[in-house]
This record gives sequence, structure tokens and C-alpha cells, in this order.
Amino acid sequence: MFYREAGQFKTSYQADSAVFPILQDRIGLAVILAIAFGVIPFFATEFFVQGIMIPFLIYALAAIGLNILLGYAGQLSLGSAAFMGVGAYTAYKLVTYFPETNVILLILVSGFVPALIGVLFGLPSLRIKGLYLAVATLAAQFFLDWCFIRIAWLYNYNPSGAIEMPARQAFGLTLTGPAADYMLRYYAVLGIVVLMTWFASNLVHGRIGRTWMMVRDMDIAAQLMGVKLTNAKLTAFAVSSFYCGVAGAMLVTLYLNAAEPGAVFTIRQSFLVLFMVILGGLGSLIGSFFGAAFILLLPILLRTAAASFHLPIEVKNIENLQFMIVGALIILFLKFEPHGLARLWQVGKQKLRVWPFPY
Amino acid sequence: MLYKILIDPFVQMGAAPDLLVQAIWDGFVGGVLYALIALGFVLIYKASGVFNFAQGIMVVFAALALVGFHQMGVPAWIALFLALAVMLLLAISVERLVLRPLVNQPDIILLMATIGITYFLIGFGQLVFGGEPKRMITSELGIPKGAQDFDVFGGFVSLQNIDITAAVMAGIMVAALAWFFSKTRIGRALRAVADDHQAALSVGISLNQIWVIVWFAAGIVALATGIMWGARSDVSFALEIIALKALPVLILGGFTSIPGAIVGGLIIGIGEKIGEFYWGPLLGGGIESWLAYMIALVFLLFRPQGLFGDKIIERI
Repeated sequence: MFYREAGQFKTSYQADSAVFPILQDRIGLAVILAIAFGVIPFFATEFFVQGIMIPFLIYALAAIGLNILLGYAGQLSLGSAAFMGVGAYTAYKLVTYFPETNVILLILVSGFVPALIGVLFGLPSLRIKGLYLAVATLAAQFFLDWCFIRIAWLYNYNPSGAIEMPARQAFGLTLTGPAADYMLRYYAVLGIVVLMTWFASNLVHGRIGRTWMMVRDMDIAAQLMGVKLTNAKLTAFAVSSFYCGVAGAMLVTLYLNAAEPGAVFTIRQSFLVLFMVILGGLGSLIGSFFGAAFILLLPILLRTAAASFHLPIEVKNIENLQFMIVGALIILFLKFEPHGLARLWQVGKQKLRVWPFPY
Repeated sequence: MLYKILIDPFVQMGAAPDLLVQAIWDGFVGGVLYALIALGFVLIYKASGVFNFAQGIMVVFAALALVGFHQMGVPAWIALFLALAVMLLLAISVERLVLRPLVNQPDIILLMATIGITYFLIGFGQLVFGGEPKRMITSELGIPKGAQDFDVFGGFVSLQNIDITAAVMAGIMVAALAWFFSKTRIGRALRAVADDHQAALSVGISLNQIWVIVWFAAGIVALATGIMWGARSDVSFALEIIALKALPVLILGGFTSIPGAIVGGLIIGIGEKIGEFYWGPLLGGGIESWLAYMIALVFLLFRPQGLFGDKIIERI
């Protein structure tokens, strides 16, 4: 009744190939953006912004990065945390060398180094594919994680081996460091994520995104139709690593403030991002947001539930139970909706479209 | 610098051959353990096409169950059988609750499901048996302790009895598996399933039953691996990360080849130890954590299907 395309006529090719062809979708997007920019800052507590919204947006961006590689180009990678790490350490080095420069610019620029390294570790994808490639990307994960511990130059020869963000500014406002205002950080993160999501949406709907999807669906057929596999796969690795890198840079500069050596960008983190992508939905940008929200909120919900029911469980057992529940939920989820949360979203929209009739 | 990288390590090897032999032996033992984990992977991959990420945690879980039962006051040998029963139960529930509902899903979904199993088992294992490292009950199981010293090239090489036992047991297990696969009725059925699921189904082989058997076989391998690994260090969840080393072993040997898993394991184990021993100090040490993956990566560039893997033929 409220959501259907009947009566919305397209009169130009441009309108026909629009990303959001239905008016209600565009309104919905505008409402979400308005809430994110205008409503949340007025009503949210510090915990909600600092503990939920900022990590949610950052991980959503990382999930988009992996989704470009896995969901659109079909190349399985288990090294996304390592590329996030490269982004983080690049950002750290950049703010050390350019203390006066706008820190948002530095965060965006620090995506280029992971992109380069991503291409390097993407080279094996020209020869191998599927699960073999997944194992090859583990090489990136372990090698880069080792570099973060062993190469003292990366953490400015800090004796503890950790990186700690100094206070840096953008547009005259202090954004990084422990003293920064959380609301300013929220706006910075939100701005970067919205901008990069919009860019990703254009990429995957355009020529290059279609090439990726051809490679994903069948690479030999794509090659026969004139797609250059080398270009397609390596650009996918580059763009994906760029996104992961920026996410990692934001994680350290705007969220964590510091990173212990060998504790943040681990293989666990890679799995976490992988979960987000798969549970959210392969090949769906909005799915990345759903997946990130689901995976991040789940532990918080479990903890709150345990606390509110006054269950007589020890603290360490809560964590164990959390592992069990996450594992079981993942399996259940794969069983009932292997196409992820994005598919549920689609089904919901379809239901709305035909409402009040069943089909 | 070039001298240090290219020549100096070999000079060292020539100067102290006993150290080289010791490094090779250490690598060999590590390689045997990698190979055993990889063996569990291969068994499951061959029969069900599932890339079983949970093999590492299955090793930990089996060892924990064994030690846990023993701590409850059960004699060691009965605890061993109880641990086997736990692995059988695990195999049945995995088939019932995970594999059967997910049949015919793409590889990546099944891989995810096994990561889900991994998470579940981590939580479950810590909940039931506790998260702290435990000592493996080596003497109770009759595994010899101590070391044998041999004179080699003027120096001496020390071989731990535990390691010798591990190598012998691994050899026996591989021989038993080879016999099981080629001579028994179930083994033939397993090979048929590995060859072609649909053809196997059409001649009346029950896939579900085969999956239970193969997961149980992987569980037995996991228990053996857990005992040996636990005998060298403690039984703890840190093993789960170390078990990921079995993955480069797999890509070296090919996902579908049992001899590949063994040879791959040995290459990775020995290469890693020698690399760490002679080249590690140049890079600041700790290169063991990634060297295995790099070795595998280099191999893959030349043979994408692994050393013994089936040749990949692609059609449209």
C-alpha cells in the first residue's frame, strides 16, 4: 500500500538505472541519514555513541571492504584484519609526520598503503582460487601481524610496542587522542562512512562492479567475454584493502586511541569481519551494516540479558556462554537464511509491496 | 647483508651438523603433528567437501575431554574410551545439526558453519573443562618419558621418547587409515563418496552415515593428535591458533591427498624449524608464525593444486 512502484514512471535512461528507483526507498534513506546526523546526537548517551554507534559504523565499513572482495569479486580472504592493521599503522605514522594536517584527510589517505599491500597479496589470486586462496591470505594475516610487533619503526620505537594516538585536529577541532569529544568523533566517523558507502555503491553498480560480479560468477566465462581477470581481481583487492585500511585507521584514531601489539588486528578480528559479511549477506552493501550491527550488538545484548535476569552465572562463564551462543546462532542462521540478513530485508520489502495480499 | 642471508646460514650448517640434525628432527616432530591435523581435514574434505575449520578445536576438545575425565577420577584407559565416545557423539551431532540441514550449500557457507562449530566448541569446552592449561596424562597412558642421545658427527642429538612415540603412532595411524580406505567395505564406500556424491548415492551408499563415520575418524585422529601435542606442551586453547598451521600444510599437499598431508606436514615442519633456527635471528625472531604460510604460498605459485592434489580442470 505504502511501498510499491506502481505509478512511478521512468522517463529517462538515467532514472531507469538509478540505484534507488523507488521513491519510498529514497525517502527511507533520507530519513535514516537524518536520524543518524540529526536525531541521534541529541538523544544519545555517551555510552550509546562511544560504545555502539562508532564501532558499528567502523566495522560496517570494514565489512563493506571485505564484501567487495568476497561478495562482489568472489575472492575469499581471511586477512582483512591485517589490512585494517596496515591502515591503522599508516595513519599513526602519518599523524606523527604531519601533525598540522587535517586528520580526516590523513585517515582517508592512509587507505592507499593497505591498497598497495592488498594488491601484492592479491597476486596469488591470479593463479589460485577458492579455499586455496583463503589459506594464501592467511599468509598476509600472520606476516603483517608479525610486522606490527617486530618493526619498531611502525610504533615509533615505543618500548611497550603499543601505538598511542596523539591529539590531532581537523578544521580546528580536536578529534583524536583520549581527550577528544565523542560527538565530534561520531560526526567524523559517520561522514567518512557515508561518503565511502556512497562511493562503494557507485563502484559496484558501475562497470567495474559488474566486471567483479562476472569474475565471481564464473571467471573463465568472464575471461572469454573479454574481461581482464588480472585487472578485475587486483582492483577488487585494492579497493577492498583500501576500505579495510580506512576502517582500521578510524578504529585506532577515532575509537580505540591505542593499540596493543598483537592484540587488535588478529585472526579473530578477521573472522569477526567475515561473520559480518556472511551473516549480513554476500554482495549487499546494506547487508554489511546489518551484519556489523548483529555481530556487535549480540554480545552486548547477551550481557544485558544475563544481568537483567539476575542469572547466577560467573563472569568468565558469561564469556564462554557468549562463544557458544554466537557459534550456535551462526549455524542456525546459515540453516534458515543462508543469504543473510540482506535477504530478510528483501523479503520484507516484497511483503510490503504486495500488502495486504499474501502474494 | 647478502652474505648473511645467502651464505652464512649454510656455513653454520656445515660447521655444526649435529645442530642441523637436531633442528631437522625437531621440525620433523612438529611436522608430524601438523600432518596429523591436516589428515583430519583431508578425511572430512574428501568425504563431504567440507573445509573443516573446526579440526584444530576438535584436537583441543578431544584432549580436554580425556584429561577432564581423568581428573574426575576415571582410570586413564577408560577415560580414553570415554573421550572417543565424546568424539562419536560430536560426529553424530555435527552431522545431524549442521551438515544435514546445510546440504547442497556453497563451500563458503559450509566453511562458515565449521567456524560456527569452532566458536561453539571453544565456549563449550571452557565452560565444561575450564579455560586454564592442563597437563596431559602421559605416564598414565603408558607413554615413555626421557630422551635418547645419539652421537652424530661428533656432537650429540637428543630425541625425546615422547616425540619418537608420536612419530611411530602417527605412522601406525596413517597405515591403519590406508588399510581402512583400501580394504574395508566402509572404506570403499568412503572413496566412492569422495569421488562422486551423486553416483555414490545412486548405488545405495548412505551419505549421512558416511559423514558420521568420517567425522568420527577425524575425531579419532584429533584425539591422537591431542594426546601427542598435549604431551609436548600443555593442553590449552592456544593450540587452536597453532592448529591453523595445518592449513599451509593442506595447500602444499592438496586438499584431497592423504600422502600429500603427510609430506606437506613434514616439509612445513622442517622448513619452519630450519628457517627459524638459521634465518630467524636476522629478521628479529618469531618468523615461525608466518614462515609456513610463505613457504606454502611460494609452492602454490608453481603448483596451484598442491603437490599431490588432483589436477584442476575447468570447464564452462
